[in-house]
Amino acid sequence: MYGGGYIFEETKNGHSEKDDEKKLEQFEAKIAAGEKIEPSEWMPAEYRKQLIRMIEQHAHSEIIGALPEGTWITRAPGFRRKLALMAKVQDEVGHAQLLYSAAETLGKPREEMINDLITGKSKYSNVFNYPAKTWADTAVIAWLIDAGAIINQVANSKGSYGPYCRALERICLEESFHLKYGHDNVVFLATGTPKQREMVQEALIRWWPPIMHFFGPSDKISVHTETLMRWKVKMASNDDMRQKFLDMYVPKIWDLGLTIPDPKLKKNEETGKWDYTEPDWDEFKRVINGDGPCNKERLAVRRRAEEKGEWVRNALQRPTEKYTIPLA
Amino acid sequence: MSIKSLDPRVTRENLPEQPNTESIKDLHQWQTYEVFHQVKKGDHHIHVGPVHAPNPDMALILAKEQYARRYKCVNLWVVKTADIKKTDYEDEDIFETNQEKMYREAGGYKVMERINKFKAEHKNK
Repeated sequence: MYGGGYIFEETKNGHSEKDDEKKLEQFEAKIAAGEKIEPSEWMPAEYRKQLIRMIEQHAHSEIIGALPEGTWITRAPGFRRKLALMAKVQDEVGHAQLLYSAAETLGKPREEMINDLITGKSKYSNVFNYPAKTWADTAVIAWLIDAGAIINQVANSKGSYGPYCRALERICLEESFHLKYGHDNVVFLATGTPKQREMVQEALIRWWPPIMHFFGPSDKISVHTETLMRWKVKMASNDDMRQKFLDMYVPKIWDLGLTIPDPKLKKNEETGKWDYTEPDWDEFKRVINGDGPCNKERLAVRRRAEEKGEWVRNALQRPTEKYTIPLA
Repeated sequence: MSIKSLDPRVTRENLPEQPNTESIKDLHQWQTYEVFHQVKKGDHHIHVGPVHAPNPDMALILAKEQYARRYKCVNLWVVKTADIKKTDYEDEDIFETNQEKMYREAGGYKVMERINKFKAEHKNK
């Protein structure tokens, strides 16, 4: 479960001129009444476009997100942890399949999305462009990145597009062990030997900036998303989700006696919100546009996997089989 | 020069450092199958989502992996998406019950008033 910090394009007046005013009215009324929109129903072109973009980014994030953690499968400390990490990584890839299917119902075939990922055209969650330097990094990812993703996904599962909500529900169900598994790993290291504590502290220092980036740019500088909020594509603002995450997890991190590398981080008694050092959004932009420590590696690995699987797909290919968009 | 990774398996792949932006040559647009699972014997099969597969046998294998990896499932069905005939949400009104068709609803039959009247009349006799 890795979705978060989606990059939206600015919507112009909420709809394109081609859209039928009356249909748009009915569409918005349905959403306001809490109804779900299904694939074959009328929807504004802009809604379709933004949804494809968001669900596709989410799917790619699951696929690419499996890579930093996967780094340590072969060197996991102990057989049980190795099995658990493999199961988690398999889940993430399975979640990508569910999400690709949900996005496909909007008219973009899965293979086209995979192609757009490999050629660098599509985005995915920025955090996965950072390396998992040690085993402790995988523990911090599994606990805190998954926690951030859960906050985002629970909000999104109450959105307006039926297939996406259903995929998210299943994802959330399967997800329950990831967070526990990550927490267990962090607690084990944090309550272990001085060396283990040092490892997890260093991993936290490395991962804190990406975690703060995870929910996307501050509301002050991000593109206007009022229309997307009204259409229940985006369910909460980036800053609200970040605040929720801090509320839930900062105390848990402090409980373990770990230091968060932000001297300004504290709950403001007056506003009831967390004060923190503004994350470096220039770095965020630079990394998301391709110049992060692992961007090249992630895409090259994904491309190689695609190439290596080609003979299997060719062997199974039936020339008479025709592709149909799934119903989801 | 190839990519040096923290993951020795990745380093061994000798991946080029220069990003390749070529498209995949052959898009494998496999057929999609819709998957139905049964949680326990006696229950209805419920639609859970699609899989991409080149044939029904592979569809079942992938469906098991995708939709029955966790939680209980005793049986799976797969059916080609293209073989499903469906109604349109635009025609939702075809399911609405007409007021004059109350004769086919349980609520269209109200007898208590007559029974009570009958009872009252016979009590007095």
